Amino acid sequence: MDGGLSNFMKSIRLVEVKIDSLTEISENVFVLSFKRLFDFLPGQVVAITTGQDIPPRLYSICSGTDEPRISILFNMKLEGELTPRLAKINVGDMVMVSAPFGAFLGDNEPAWWIASGTGIAPYRSMVRSGLGRLNTLIHGGKTRDSFYFSDELQQLYPDKYIRCCSQETGEGLYSGRLTQWLKDQKTLPENTNFYLCGSSEMVVEVRDILLEKGVIIEKIMSEIYF
Amino acid sequence: MEKEILFGKTPEELKEITQKLGMPNFTAKQISEWLYKNNARSFEQMTNLSKKARQLLEEQYEVGVTDFTKVQASTDGTKKYLFPTQNNRYIESAYIPDAHRATLCVSSQVGCKMGCLFCMTGKQGFQAQLTAGEIINQIMSLPERESLTNIVYMGMGEPFDNLEHVMRSLEIMTSEWGLGMSPRRITVSTIGVIPAMKHFLENSDCNLAVSMHTPFHEERRKLMPIENVYPIAEVIKLLRSFDFGKQRRISFEYIMFAGINDTPEHVKELARLLNGMRCRINLIRFHPIPSTPLRSSNDATIEDFRLALLDKGIRTTVRASRGLDIFAACGLLSTKELVKQQALDF
Repeated sequence: MDGGLSNFMKSIRLVEVKIDSLTEISENVFVLSFKRLFDFLPGQVVAITTGQDIPPRLYSICSGTDEPRISILFNMKLEGELTPRLAKINVGDMVMVSAPFGAFLGDNEPAWWIASGTGIAPYRSMVRSGLGRLNTLIHGGKTRDSFYFSDELQQLYPDKYIRCCSQETGEGLYSGRLTQWLKDQKTLPENTNFYLCGSSEMVVEVRDILLEKGVIIEKIMSEIYF
Repeated sequence: MEKEILFGKTPEELKEITQKLGMPNFTAKQISEWLYKNNARSFEQMTNLSKKARQLLEEQYEVGVTDFTKVQASTDGTKKYLFPTQNNRYIESAYIPDAHRATLCVSSQVGCKMGCLFCMTGKQGFQAQLTAGEIINQIMSLPERESLTNIVYMGMGEPFDNLEHVMRSLEIMTSEWGLGMSPRRITVSTIGVIPAMKHFLENSDCNLAVSMHTPFHEERRKLMPIENVYPIAEVIKLLRSFDFGKQRRISFEYIMFAGINDTPEHVKELARLLNGMRCRINLIRFHPIPSTPLRSSNDATIEDFRLALLDKGIRTTVRASRGLDIFAACGLLSTKELVKQQALDF
């Protein structure tokens, strides 16, 4: 078992931590931060809950490994049990979090990072941890305000940051789903890894496109939010 | 306003409703019996309830039992049923009779979030959770329900991603007030969502099947993204902390992929991983789906693999492929063509 998973058994134990900040960065999309109690590897997740009565859910860390706080990105789902509570939490309130775990890990091998929605979170963590500065970043969203952290990502990836917007148009945006953008590519780079993170719909469809374009399965790494 | 559905509620919940409506306490028990013992499909059929009680229920509630809308029959006797669910969605269930038993493979979600490389259901993404009533309805609305001997949660969806309703459906199936089935006749299949699996093991006596497909971490996470967060080694570590006595069964599902997971190294690693566990491995032929680089191992390889595992002391069987001609076989259930495109947008 690699280092990314060695914390697993510890991870199912939850500890209390005080909320340092909660920021709504887009409609119903929040960044929640708390003190970094554990070291982690970029790409890992934490389990989090507001209390014993709510089952914890997993969220990718979106902050860098050297930052004093751990941040997560979440989308408030009105019908959900946990996220409406997280969205109303106050600075200074306590939440329960696990140690970081997971094996969707970044490295310095050349890669295309592909995300939908809040699936951008692990890549931001990788970037802020000094990984993947030469990579291509492809982000899909339904609306113009779906491209979380786009200001900082645009600065870091002026030529290799593609935002695909499926339901609106806008300056600098590719108009259409990211799957269409991928289908439009005549060739894909060789010796490159493909990371996919986000909804199952996106991951499954992109994986099929990559396989059809000749990418071998060993080069495709997937993380699905469920 | 949509009426609340009663099918899928426990007697306690029904009691709250009857109390709210000012009905006698015993009415809840009567309704429960009509729902789960007598298969009533309307309040009108609940003839031991007063006319006033039936009217009151009719005004605010609906029974919620739903007929299938389509059935396909295989040459091998398997039947695939299409059931509508809330918000114009659809699920499939497979009825699989053989000489000694009749099994119903039920769905627990509309679609699936898990994205396993080899599964057709995963290709339609996730549309909705099923309620306990919608899970039980697949049994109660089955024309062959009287002949059913076994239930397996191996249809569409990951049961432990819908834990609350799956647990409730198991309660309805196994309770005396419900369908009164033995938990030994029910198997829940999971890819290994560890926290939910732990809850199930602590709170149910039903059998468990774990989709393993390879004992190797790196290989498994290419086939099943769940391995990134809930690795199979940890799944097994958790299983070892429970006592699988003489009654409850644990099995591992293992789809055979040519040249991928059918080698002597896999036999050796399976033997190491499962050493001393009271369990069974169920080998399954892979049924190809579009856009997959995977192919099934041939029958001779599967048989050699089975014998090699037996030689290591692991009870191993090969599952018969049933309902292939109607796409009802393992991993093929899907209602993708019925999903509105916008629902799949990202």
